Amino acid sequence: MKEEHKDAGLKSYVFVWLGLLVLTAITITVAGLHLGNFSTVTAVLIATIKALLVLYFFMHLKYEPPLLRFIFAASVLTLTVIIILTFTDVWFR
Amino acid sequence: MSAGYQAPKSFLDNHGKSSGAAAWILSTDHKRIGILYLCSMLTFFSVAVVIGLLMRIELIAAGKTIMEAKTYNAFFTVHGMIMIFLFIIPGIPAAFGNFIMPIQIGAKDVAFPRLNLLSWWLYISGGLIAVLSLFTGGGAPDTGWTFYAPYSIRTGTNVSLAVFAAFVLGFSSILTGLNFVTTIHRMRAPGMTWFRMPLFPWSLYATGWVQIVATPVLAITLLLLIFERSFGVGFFDPAKGGDPILFEHLFWIYSHPAVYIMILPAMGVISEIVPVFARKGIFGYKAIVLSSLSIAGVGYLVWGHHMFTSGMSDTSRWIFSLLTFIVAVPSGVKVFNWVSSLYKGSIDVRPPFLYVMAFIFLFSIGGLTGLINGALSTNIHIHGTYFIVGHFHYVMFGGTGIAFFGALHFWFPKMFGRMYSEKIARVAVALLFIGLNTLYFPMLVLGWQGMPRRYYDYLPQFQPLNVISTIGSWIVAAALIIMFTNLIRSLFKGEKAAGNPWDGTTLEWTVSSPPPHENFEEGPVITHGPYQRT
Amino acid sequence: MSAETEIKAAPHGDYVGAKVGMWLFLVTEVLLFGGMFLLYSVFRSKYPQDFHEAAKELSVALGAANTVILLTSSLTMALSIGYLRSGKKKPSVLFQTATILLGFAFLVNKYFEWGAKIQHGLYPDSPELLALPKGEILFYGLYYVMTGLHGLHVIVGMIILSVLLVFTSKDIVNGHSFIKLENGGLYWHLVDLIWIYLFPLFYLIT
Repeated sequence: MKEEHKDAGLKSYVFVWLGLLVLTAITITVAGLHLGNFSTVTAVLIATIKALLVLYFFMHLKYEPPLLRFIFAASVLTLTVIIILTFTDVWFR
Repeated sequence: MSAGYQAPKSFLDNHGKSSGAAAWILSTDHKRIGILYLCSMLTFFSVAVVIGLLMRIELIAAGKTIMEAKTYNAFFTVHGMIMIFLFIIPGIPAAFGNFIMPIQIGAKDVAFPRLNLLSWWLYISGGLIAVLSLFTGGGAPDTGWTFYAPYSIRTGTNVSLAVFAAFVLGFSSILTGLNFVTTIHRMRAPGMTWFRMPLFPWSLYATGWVQIVATPVLAITLLLLIFERSFGVGFFDPAKGGDPILFEHLFWIYSHPAVYIMILPAMGVISEIVPVFARKGIFGYKAIVLSSLSIAGVGYLVWGHHMFTSGMSDTSRWIFSLLTFIVAVPSGVKVFNWVSSLYKGSIDVRPPFLYVMAFIFLFSIGGLTGLINGALSTNIHIHGTYFIVGHFHYVMFGGTGIAFFGALHFWFPKMFGRMYSEKIARVAVALLFIGLNTLYFPMLVLGWQGMPRRYYDYLPQFQPLNVISTIGSWIVAAALIIMFTNLIRSLFKGEKAAGNPWDGTTLEWTVSSPPPHENFEEGPVITHGPYQRT
Repeated sequence: MSAETEIKAAPHGDYVGAKVGMWLFLVTEVLLFGGMFLLYSVFRSKYPQDFHEAAKELSVALGAANTVILLTSSLTMALSIGYLRSGKKKPSVLFQTATILLGFAFLVNKYFEWGAKIQHGLYPDSPELLALPKGEILFYGLYYVMTGLHGLHVIVGMIILSVLLVFTSKDIVNGHSFIKLENGGLYWHLVDLIWIYLFPLFYLIT
């Protein structure tokens, strides 16, 4: 926050956007390949890369103090934990 | 206060252009909002106490005594809803947290004063919607405050509106938590490092995080319940592939951490009162801080212990049971630290301190019976019995409720600038302590003997203990009446309180009583820990 | 930098504090949808084949179009903030308007998508839906609730952005005081973020 950041220029936003479009195209293509069990994993993986791009560049997380990154990480961590703990029931019932 | 010194106008005097009621319900001053919360909460609390008393009268004898089974079902639902969503959860943070916390960290106000006012408006709207749900539609909900599917989906009573009320109240709770966490991060006075912060703000910080990460899960659960009732989506209906146990999961993912929303601020209050009246620093300051944070963290991992008999998997049951035992450790650390703080102190036994002693005793019973519930094998025996009812009333009323009234007696001179009769206050707390044990201990025994909860009737052999319990409820009511009469009388007739009547060391005792509008004439600079005596 | 010091001097103008508050709010949004993702993962693990079949009914083209629309709206949102920060009001207003219009386009698309499904009798509790295997009933339940809740967030986002547009044109939000627009933008990006997951989880599991 204290450092001057020009958001690495507005041009970089356009590059990020192009990247997001390419990743969307990839994920649609990959889904058409019928990878079986791996299709979900790859879909979520690509979605996560896209999410990180949005978070880091569009939402400026790359330039923010660690506190804000920690706050967001807390939500993801909590969600992961509750899903895992619920699955201790769902998988073994 | 030396002669000729003009004390700044207190926050109770009018500022700005509006006056009368508008100067309160539209005020963004954290102190006024705290008092708004205090008054509205105590109103709802009184209603729920009356409902509780009526239920105890019904249970004084087997069979129908004063009400029908259906009325009883509505009563325990409404009693639970009001006590939990309108009193215990907002409780200490919204009333005392709002009033005291910004002063304790040396700030002028919370980070988002307007949002703070919005929280109160949401709170009061939620409360009114809840009241409305009792008299409209199919009548007062009869599901219990847990709203378990599938019954909550099928009952013809006004569940949707009641659930919406809880949704609005959840929003209010989230905004308070968000506001406090931001305030504590951003608005501490110069020199107030994290480890120079008093323990009450610390407990509110931990609570705020739980409010932020847990409450949204309740929000979505309640929305889904409304969707189920209106559109029949089928998530909790086995006929459509759904699973009612998932409702219990979602519900307790919030509602267990909610228990820590209720108790953590209470622990914070106790941690403030102990060093003041022991006349020495708190023992193990950092350990108490860490235990607050770890309760907030581990408290998120134990919700399954409410579901041991729901049909959840065995693997899940032992994992949740194990995790439940872990959460007892930080609570034990706290009790140990409070008691150790008293060692070699020169204890001044004043009314707030009596509340602390009552808290430690009652909370310990609540906590230890909690371990019996948390152990998988014993839980099967006592699940759904009065043992559970006794346990959580010991924690909720014996813990949070007592801490709430302790905080009220501790900060009353600061909030209103008046002292109350200490003698009457002592009588009230003694009576309250006796009453609570008479009311709730028989429940533990009854539950162990197998009396199920949530029925208006019972087997004849359970009568003697039920009579004792009902008498206990009258003692509690008498104690509450004495307490409130004392406090209300002193609002008008009490002698003026000094700035620091208890010889406290934290920042709220450095300003006049009641505090000036801007809290501090000059922003404080902190150079030492919160409980250091010079 | 000078802009920031000025903001800090303003009453209640803690720039970082406002962002901290907003990010904490985003946490609650993530967990609100998190509850739904939890249900999705449980039901999908229970009925993988039914989900697979049901997803075939959804149009990948429409979903992909909406993805492109939302991603583009995120770009215009980010650009509008960037321009305002460097004091260029006009392009900022232009890009804010574009963002709102793209949000509207998303909703129109969604309207036709839902409309077609409902016309086929596929909506919660419909006789056609109840005749399908259980996993498919749940798939459509999740589809309607999750995309519906997301659509609601798009609408709320559009309202927020419209207010901000008025603020910007009246110079209440400007090159020196842009935290409101930044926070509004964060909300909009989060709505996009959630769609980034919804798209593959509903449309691409055939």
